[in-house]
Amino acid sequence: MTDITANSMQPEAAEQGAPALKVRSYWQTVGYRLRYDYMTLFFGAVVVLIILSAIFAPLIAPMDPYETSLIKRLKPMLYQGHLLGTDELGRDILSRMLYGGRISLAMGILPVLAATLIGGSLGVIAGFVGGRTNMAIMRTVDVFYAFPSILLAVAISGALGGGIFNGMASLTLVFIPPLCRVAETATSQVRNLDFVEAARATGAGTFNIIRVHVLGNVLGPILIYASSMVSVSILLASGLSFLGLGVTPPEPDWGLMLNTLRGAIYVNPMVCALPGFAILITSICFNLVSDGLRSAMDVRM
Amino acid sequence: MSMTETKAALAEVDTRDARDRGGEAQPMLIARGLKKHFPITGGVLNRTVGHVRAVDGVSFTVMKGETLGVVGESGCGKSTLARLLMHLIVPDSGELIFDGDGVGQKDGLSVRDMRRLMQMVFQDSYSSLNPRMPVEDSIAYGKTVHGASKAAAKEAARELMKKVGLEPSLFGPRYPHELSGGQKQRINIARALVLEPRVVILDEAVSALDKSVEAQVLNLLRYLKDHFNLTYVFISHDLNVVQYVSDRVLVMYLGEVVEIGPVDEIYENPKHPYTAALLASRLSMDPDERVEEPPLVGDPPNPINPPSGCRFRTRCDFAEKICEVESPALPETDGPKAHVCACHMFVPKSGHSKAAGLDEPAPKTLARSAS
Amino acid sequence: MSMETSAPLVSVTDLNVKFVSRESTVNAVNDVNLTVNHGEVLCIIGESGSGKSVSMRALMRLLPERRTKITGKLEVDGQDVLALKGKELSAFRGGKAAMIFQEPMTALDPVFTIGNQIAETVCRHEGCSKEDGLARALELLELVKVPSAARRLKAYPHELSGGLRQRAMIALALSCRPKLLLADEPTTALDATVQIQVLILMRKLQQEMGMGMIFVTHDLGVAAEIADRVAVMYAGRIVESGTVQEVLTDPKHPYTKGMLSSTVHGNMRGKDIEAIPGSPPDLRSLPTGCSFAPRCPKADDGCRGQLPPEVTLGPGRIARCLKLDDAPPAAKPERETALA
Repeated sequence: MTDITANSMQPEAAEQGAPALKVRSYWQTVGYRLRYDYMTLFFGAVVVLIILSAIFAPLIAPMDPYETSLIKRLKPMLYQGHLLGTDELGRDILSRMLYGGRISLAMGILPVLAATLIGGSLGVIAGFVGGRTNMAIMRTVDVFYAFPSILLAVAISGALGGGIFNGMASLTLVFIPPLCRVAETATSQVRNLDFVEAARATGAGTFNIIRVHVLGNVLGPILIYASSMVSVSILLASGLSFLGLGVTPPEPDWGLMLNTLRGAIYVNPMVCALPGFAILITSICFNLVSDGLRSAMDVRM
Repeated sequence: MSMTETKAALAEVDTRDARDRGGEAQPMLIARGLKKHFPITGGVLNRTVGHVRAVDGVSFTVMKGETLGVVGESGCGKSTLARLLMHLIVPDSGELIFDGDGVGQKDGLSVRDMRRLMQMVFQDSYSSLNPRMPVEDSIAYGKTVHGASKAAAKEAARELMKKVGLEPSLFGPRYPHELSGGQKQRINIARALVLEPRVVILDEAVSALDKSVEAQVLNLLRYLKDHFNLTYVFISHDLNVVQYVSDRVLVMYLGEVVEIGPVDEIYENPKHPYTAALLASRLSMDPDERVEEPPLVGDPPNPINPPSGCRFRTRCDFAEKICEVESPALPETDGPKAHVCACHMFVPKSGHSKAAGLDEPAPKTLARSAS
Repeated sequence: MSMETSAPLVSVTDLNVKFVSRESTVNAVNDVNLTVNHGEVLCIIGESGSGKSVSMRALMRLLPERRTKITGKLEVDGQDVLALKGKELSAFRGGKAAMIFQEPMTALDPVFTIGNQIAETVCRHEGCSKEDGLARALELLELVKVPSAARRLKAYPHELSGGLRQRAMIALALSCRPKLLLADEPTTALDATVQIQVLILMRKLQQEMGMGMIFVTHDLGVAAEIADRVAVMYAGRIVESGTVQEVLTDPKHPYTKGMLSSTVHGNMRGKDIEAIPGSPPDLRSLPTGCSFAPRCPKADDGCRGQLPPEVTLGPGRIARCLKLDDAPPAAKPERETALA
């Protein structure tokens, strides 16, 4: 019997002489890939810059974003220290854009976060449990999915009334269905793999299996999708503000600024295009970063 | 404890297992009339339009310490059978008796306890390991599920890695994609053994491996069986491998058992025409002894609508009227040495023209010498 | 139109295939030389990662061009395969050379009937009418022994069983009477009783049509059943070649010997199988010497230090090993083409 042991031990013993491969976890591999993806790194840096400038707006903003001046209405760029000019009430646009980024980014990120938590959990449960539970959850979600997202957001905020909080709540509701779908698809794929079956065969309970074996394998696709939703959320939030739902004046918000400056398009087109630019650049950057993440995470392991 | 006492105790361990409940002669596993039909849904309303008769009334016993080989072609229900035994799929009907205790019955053995005593190794060594988990954690997981502390579970996992021939410090922290197929399958085997099971079901456990690695794993399985006093149910489509590992062999065709018996009996003297054809389909390793005529024509039929009567009759050279009308039953087995088959040719007065000469072994025309 | 029969149908010289990515370079095929004569069946035996399938795909130019570096010379029937472009390439694929795969579902288009797919291929290569194409498709299905062929002509791939699907793919591959058939483990996914049917059918068709065939497999039994000559690949190199009888009954290379001894057959119960220890090398960082040295019982420092040359043991009989028992005194490492 000892020689059988020797025989079964021997194979790997031979291999132990060879230099061991560097052990790298999935997330380390993703990190390694990202490190060489200069495009994603660049746009990621832009995103970080935008977020930082929003956070530190009070420190960098050159003027008070609420201070109006009837004399300095709709002045062009570089007018008397107003780097980006002034708006229809004579407020400094650069300061308002920095402050506005706080609200716009919050409206972009927080609803998606909330929806990822709620929709993701619902989707994982639906995907893993299957059967009737799946039917009940997914058909309910489908009902919401059937509406165009902007219409749904407008309808819900309209019903709830204006205000930042209601705007966020309505956006969260809009993003739950798509995130739930993605989570459900990813989970039902993982559920059928043998290692989940092997875990069941050890006698583990459903929630233990979900926590240990399923979450780690579905988090990637869910996060990628969520990150691409951030730009949509920023756009939708701007849309809501533009329509007078969501953020209320005089709070600075990119969408709202776009709305109010719209009237000045013939007087000073450059100035009124600025908030639009901010929205565009932020959402494009988020999108590109999410694309980069997607290809970095697409590791066949 | 004196030296002699220790020796005596060790000898005791070798023959009898302290976990025995039903005694030595009690079969480890008895399956009676296991049945699973998967519904096929179709149409707009998801109505059931038919059934895949994956496993259709399968009965057998597995003795303590033996290896039962299960062979058959794809779609014969081998893998479903494995999952039914593990209760990963709940059978439509039939019962399972583990060491004298009914599984999932009142005052029997709970499914959770049964799963501690019976474990399974899957075919696909890649998909049966969590890609996001270091392999030693995958092994340890089962232990933590049953209440062991993280440290104790990891210790057990590392101990088992040594037993399956992988150095724990070198391979333990790796992820599945950093291991070769053979190494992954060793991890899977260790994972199955971590709960100290008595029965291990090996579902095509070596089929996906390269031949040279397959041989290593087969040697390992043999060693582990002795070392841990295991009972194997070895499912495979590879007749050579089944012959190598099994004490008894069960042949399945379209969800039914067609023949069961001791391995040498089956390989040297197959009764059922299907078993004979299966054996004759083995490729010889000698280029001068090529198989010139296929022993069977056509593919196995679809298990959705299996043929009436004997399911093999559509491909059988000896099919007669009776085979179409009546389904041959597998005789009740008399003990572990019995060699029985479900074929009208072996039932006296069944109505088959060959049934009279009962003493004759299997039709010689099909049986190629098995060596 | 046919070349002189003395010239080999396929000649591969110093084929190297590397897959290049940012992280690593995989040396999938290294210095492979092989020839196949008209009407001959060459079996390439190897385990996963030995480079056998990659060599086949290189011959059909099926590898993704951007990530693959192919060097060497590939000639089929006098045509330089690596120089083919556009129309020539598609005329070559399916016309002069055809390939069948392990999983027919990936090679057959799921949205067209079997008959349409075969007819379409015939029409594209021969420029005939749809009716003629369908007639030819029926002929082909009968040739590969598909029962009730006329009905199966109208079947979609998913409606066929595994064995029939594989037969349909063979029919598709044969539709333009190729001179060379490449088969990549076509019977591996099939059941034993179906596998033997398909093997016998393929051998018969090959003989009747006088095709050259390269058959890739990991199963020595399959090679014994179908091959005329055999080449054994390990870690991207051919380590041994010769006629099927020579290689399977009198193997010279330790790897071939190990493959044979680790294949379970007959009544060996209770005995240990003489397995080859270890696993194949990482193709991203091959050992400097003989790739098999880390697993070889005979290996010494000489084997680990330098790559063994090809030793010619007889006409078309080659082994790449320094430790051949009865190796002739260092014959020049030049391959001799089979004279017969």
